[in-house]
Amino acid sequence: MHLPVWRFGKPYESLERETLVHFLTGEPVAEVSQAGGAIVGRDLQKAQQARAALLAIDPEEIVERLQTAGNLYANGTVTVGDSKQSPDDFVKQQSATTGLPESLCRANMQKNMFVLSSMDRILDALSRGLDTKILWNGQGVEHRGVTVSYQAQSPVLGLVLPSNSPGVHTLWLPVIALGVGLVMKPGGQEPWTPYRMAAAMVEAGIPAEAISLYPGATDVGAGILAGCRRSMIFGSAKTVDQYRGNPGVQVHGPGFSKILLGDDCVDDWEQYLDMMCESVAINSGRGCINASAIYASRHTKAIAAALADRLGPIDVKPPDDPEARLAAFTIPGAAKAIWQQIEGGLKESGVTHATAPYGPRLVEGERCGWLRPMVAHCARPEPAIAKGEYMFPFVSVVECPQERTLDAIGPTLVCSAITHDSAFQNRLMDCTHIDRLNLGPIPTTQLDWLQPHEGNIIDFLYRSRALQLPATASV
Amino acid sequence: MASVSSSGSSSGKPPVFEVAGDEAVKKARAELDAQTVEMMAWHFHPSTGCPFWLEEATKLPFDPLTDVKCYADLKKFPPFEDEWLRGGPVRRWVPKGFADQPMYVFETGGTTGTPKSRVNSRDFRTDYEQFSATLPEQYFPRGANWLMLGPSGPRRLRLSIEHLAQFRGGICFCVDLDPRWVVKLIQKGWMEHLEAYKQHCIDQAITILEAGHDIRCMFTTPKLLESLALALEKKGTTIGKVGITGIFSGGTEFTPQWTRFAVEELLDGAVMTPTYGNTLMGLAASRPVIPADGYTIAYYAPQPRAVIEVVEFDNPDCMVPYGGTGRVRLTTLTKETFIPGFLERDEGERELPYAKYPWDGISGVRPFRELAATTTVGVY
Repeated sequence: MHLPVWRFGKPYESLERETLVHFLTGEPVAEVSQAGGAIVGRDLQKAQQARAALLAIDPEEIVERLQTAGNLYANGTVTVGDSKQSPDDFVKQQSATTGLPESLCRANMQKNMFVLSSMDRILDALSRGLDTKILWNGQGVEHRGVTVSYQAQSPVLGLVLPSNSPGVHTLWLPVIALGVGLVMKPGGQEPWTPYRMAAAMVEAGIPAEAISLYPGATDVGAGILAGCRRSMIFGSAKTVDQYRGNPGVQVHGPGFSKILLGDDCVDDWEQYLDMMCESVAINSGRGCINASAIYASRHTKAIAAALADRLGPIDVKPPDDPEARLAAFTIPGAAKAIWQQIEGGLKESGVTHATAPYGPRLVEGERCGWLRPMVAHCARPEPAIAKGEYMFPFVSVVECPQERTLDAIGPTLVCSAITHDSAFQNRLMDCTHIDRLNLGPIPTTQLDWLQPHEGNIIDFLYRSRALQLPATASV
Repeated sequence: MASVSSSGSSSGKPPVFEVAGDEAVKKARAELDAQTVEMMAWHFHPSTGCPFWLEEATKLPFDPLTDVKCYADLKKFPPFEDEWLRGGPVRRWVPKGFADQPMYVFETGGTTGTPKSRVNSRDFRTDYEQFSATLPEQYFPRGANWLMLGPSGPRRLRLSIEHLAQFRGGICFCVDLDPRWVVKLIQKGWMEHLEAYKQHCIDQAITILEAGHDIRCMFTTPKLLESLALALEKKGTTIGKVGITGIFSGGTEFTPQWTRFAVEELLDGAVMTPTYGNTLMGLAASRPVIPADGYTIAYYAPQPRAVIEVVEFDNPDCMVPYGGTGRVRLTTLTKETFIPGFLERDEGERELPYAKYPWDGISGVRPFRELAATTTVGVY
């Protein structure tokens, strides 16, 4: 199978190709044409045509086509690159190159389909009921009778995508429905979702010239960031720091998501064990929304032991086993390197390894490695491991007085706070380093798609501005 | 053990270029052997050699004046050490035979620490005069003016290109770029500054190209060429439309795919000649880069003045088979400079001798894998 570069709808076979191989066997799965930064730069000079192609279609029709695309993506056989690809083919290919168990690939597929099929409701929620025709025309009259105007900040959204979890693609799915084209650099190991999604969209009638796919090296990512006035990039904490404060770049890095047990609820901690386990371990702990720390003022040793008892025995299974819950680290040496880092963290004073009785965490294969779920207990919030986040089910249970908790937790993408204490709830509401806030025993991984994620995508792509017309000038 | 490239000549596919005949290869080898002996006589004679080699000769277990009878005998020298070229006194490299000549010093590297340096009197001119003969008149017409858009400062490139232009009867306009600052910008992650600096260079280039100087030829690097082409396209024009017919370009970031993209989408009819060169070697010309050859870029050193060998990674005295991958080993054999068996920071595939250059070539040049992680490439 060959995946060509896709230059606003035109397939381009590069002389440079990367071979993606099966993480267990090393057998070739696909060849991926590699683009370069210069190709991106040249194509982006015509980015306005991508938006023009979308604006030529009624916005409601676009939403309907996206819903069709969602169905094709999840259930249809579509042409991807030079091959026909069924949903089963997709799952096997994605699992083979990312190390994700097939069951998790299927689950993420459903998540993406759900977002596409719910696009009308999602747009309504994110736009606070705005008629999307206003985004198409640049102006209109709101249902309150007020003239409003929105400027598109870029004809296309640049995306430098990751390979860790196919669930992250839900973030950009609304973009086409907002009349903005897509310029994507797929993850090196996970080109599958962007390619299949693009194929499904085009088959459903979304203009091919609204979508570009540029697999390649770092110069492609740099070309996208330099050439798109709005971009979304996924990366490490270092990447996040690099683009912090750049209004044209929305950065998605580690989530450091957390569960906080309030003093008023912590004595009932056993009631929340299922929710805690799900937050830590679902999707093999790979997402930024997986919990990496649990804070409480007491019972923390018992909580850590109970989590270890549930998660510790989870073992590596073949990727096609429906019970498989752990993804492999497909980059040679990666699992071992992470484990060595964790071992270093365990040596700090006040840190204990709660999953130690359940056998070794590091499992090394011939071509890859796995890390079995890991629970650490921290008697205080200072040890570095309390702020660790890794791409497997990893959690630190941290003992910390409630009054110190919000100062101690640091940046938190999703915070599930289990408390009825209104004073604590108010402090949580005001806390600016928490993004998504769940008040109650809601798993950190349970996302309400009608809510914005790390900022509202519409606010990122459009700017509300003043527009005065003669007929309304006197209002 | 060397691996074999799919595009290499040992892949089983017949070469699509004219492979040099045995006689031509033998003749070239004989010239190389003669050059080697002549250079030994110069560099190791007390009246003409440089202080460095005259001192080194006292430590050698053989006499270069009598025991080196052909190129292969240069293997008797111990490996040439990178560090010898760093730091002074620089005069230790000046042959006594040229002691009264005006000397230049050119540097390579130098982003951090002391750069490697090479003294030069006329070598750079000779290299570029010889290279001039490889340029097709149709695209690099004599008398045409040139634009040099690339690194100058302590490098020899600016003077060399200017000399090339003058040698061909033209006048060279220059836009400077400091690659050491570019490397620092990349390392610091100051990408906005990098972009601004690049734009600063491109703006100057466009100003000169649009100023009515009848510039038809240029030297630039791949990164700057693509930026220039895109900037011109934004203004509704092209490399071809502003009058450029021939581009001489160099850098290790040349890949077949990049070259194809440039030919198909950037150059608008202008012809580009890739080269591989550095301060130590001189300038290696390329075989014609054509679609039938998969846009393979194969370089041939300016033998007998310099020799490139593709050697095994763990045994630099052993060449890889044709099509095999290995590290670049460079030998420089001019009266101004003698450098035997210097292991370069690049690797590539060994290429068959080409009719026009009947000695080994190299393709797929890229940073040496063991140093690649610490090397910032594609900087200008």
